[in-house]
Amino acid sequence: MDLSLLALSPPGWGGVLLAGLFSSLQLAIGGYLLGLVIGIGGASGKLYGGPIVRDLLEVYTTLVRAIPELVLILLLYYAGTDLVNQLMHLLGLPSMDISGLAAGIFVIGVVQGAYSTEVLRGAIKSIPAGQVEAARAYGMSPLMTLRRVTLPAMLPHAVPGLSNLWLIATKDTALLAVVGFSELTLVTRQAAGSTKHYMTFFLAAGALYLTVTLVSNVIIGMIEKRSRRGMVREA
Amino acid sequence: MIKDEATIMPAYKPPKARSLLEPHRLFLMAVFAGIFACAVIYMRWDWLPKYQDRLISGIWQTLVLLVTTSFFGFLLAVPLGLVQVTGPRPLKWLANGFCTIIRGTPLLLQLWLLYYGLGSIFAQFPEIRQSFMWPYLRQAWPYGFTALLLSFAAYEGEVMRGAFAGVPRGELEAARAFGMGRFTLFRRIWLPRAIQRSLPVLNGETVLQLKSTPLVATITVVDTYSVISKVRQDTFLTYEPLLLLALIYLVLTGILVAGFRFLENRIPSRGA
Repeated sequence: MDLSLLALSPPGWGGVLLAGLFSSLQLAIGGYLLGLVIGIGGASGKLYGGPIVRDLLEVYTTLVRAIPELVLILLLYYAGTDLVNQLMHLLGLPSMDISGLAAGIFVIGVVQGAYSTEVLRGAIKSIPAGQVEAARAYGMSPLMTLRRVTLPAMLPHAVPGLSNLWLIATKDTALLAVVGFSELTLVTRQAAGSTKHYMTFFLAAGALYLTVTLVSNVIIGMIEKRSRRGMVREA
Repeated sequence: MIKDEATIMPAYKPPKARSLLEPHRLFLMAVFAGIFACAVIYMRWDWLPKYQDRLISGIWQTLVLLVTTSFFGFLLAVPLGLVQVTGPRPLKWLANGFCTIIRGTPLLLQLWLLYYGLGSIFAQFPEIRQSFMWPYLRQAWPYGFTALLLSFAAYEGEVMRGAFAGVPRGELEAARAFGMGRFTLFRRIWLPRAIQRSLPVLNGETVLQLKSTPLVATITVVDTYSVISKVRQDTFLTYEPLLLLALIYLVLTGILVAGFRFLENRIPSRGA
């Protein structure tokens, strides 16, 4: 195995790989956060929304969870960019190039949103009803109840599910290689293809992904410990 | 404290099952039927008859991949889980390391590592090129099969670890008190109980596995997804083939979930 291929400066491909890792992380973080926002909205809608909102959200989560991510990514990638351009056309604006990053974040966010809707719904449901009722009795508006009571109280129940979703998000970014977004997996394949050292590069990329996962695991452990402070440890 | 609260608070009562025929649902169904009809009428589907046969064989290929990799993956997952619960230290570490590595890297990368990486290494050795295995190793599907199998085994192994550890000790002790040997105990009590406990999760894992199968199309295995890609290349249509693909997977997932629900209902339980 020729390790000089992984050197950071141009004859080596290490810098390219790290840049790919950086865009992978950008995608994962952006998509995850967007997914969280969708998830909070979706969970509130599923729990407190009217019958039509509930049914529509059910359709959304079922569809996203039943169709392969790869297919969803292709559909949303094309449909999303198409839709924006048609909207611009309707508004009389010139069509614009949507950056791969924005489209990728949108796609990952929509997929993650369905899963985090379910995680957050479960977590919110495990809050004792009395706490929410007490907040309402104090005259808090629904938004304030969400911010002050529901979100903080559900956190310990949501952390395991949400951390799982984060790990899935980091790995789902690899699927964007199929639509030609140059994140870690795609640049690895390009590097491997042009040097013919397939094993070296794929193993290096695997090590990078694994590092991300392991570091995340350590941080997740810390967050979990903190979010559970003051709670009785389950036997 | 949590337990006390649970006893004081009234048990959570699920809202009564709502019928499918409420007015707003009828309305929504009409809207979706309308969208569906528009899609059928106004989009182009004339390519469908021409690719019908290939599509069916693609779906068959997807199903074969799903069933074989899940089955063999599960067979590998049982020792992986068991070793992590009772095995000697080194084996425990080995199994744990395997699960961590597979679960910590994207499946697409593993697939490409096996196909491009291992494939290119195999090609360098004349011994392998002349062996009876070479006609198989030259094709793509063994690599896709292996990657999917390993991935399923790692995820399911983690589940089985929890399931093995979760079988109540009393049951195992009772079996031992009956004079069962270690192997009989495993075969009659521990394994069936663990599988039974992990059935709901197994359902989820199998759906995930179905959703990972299209990835093998990136290494030229001809499954449903790659047939659809071919259609897209030939006809220059963007949405129609993809929508059909989504529909196919939706139906397959539905069948899978229904099948597992049937299995779960067959296991007698004391009720929730």
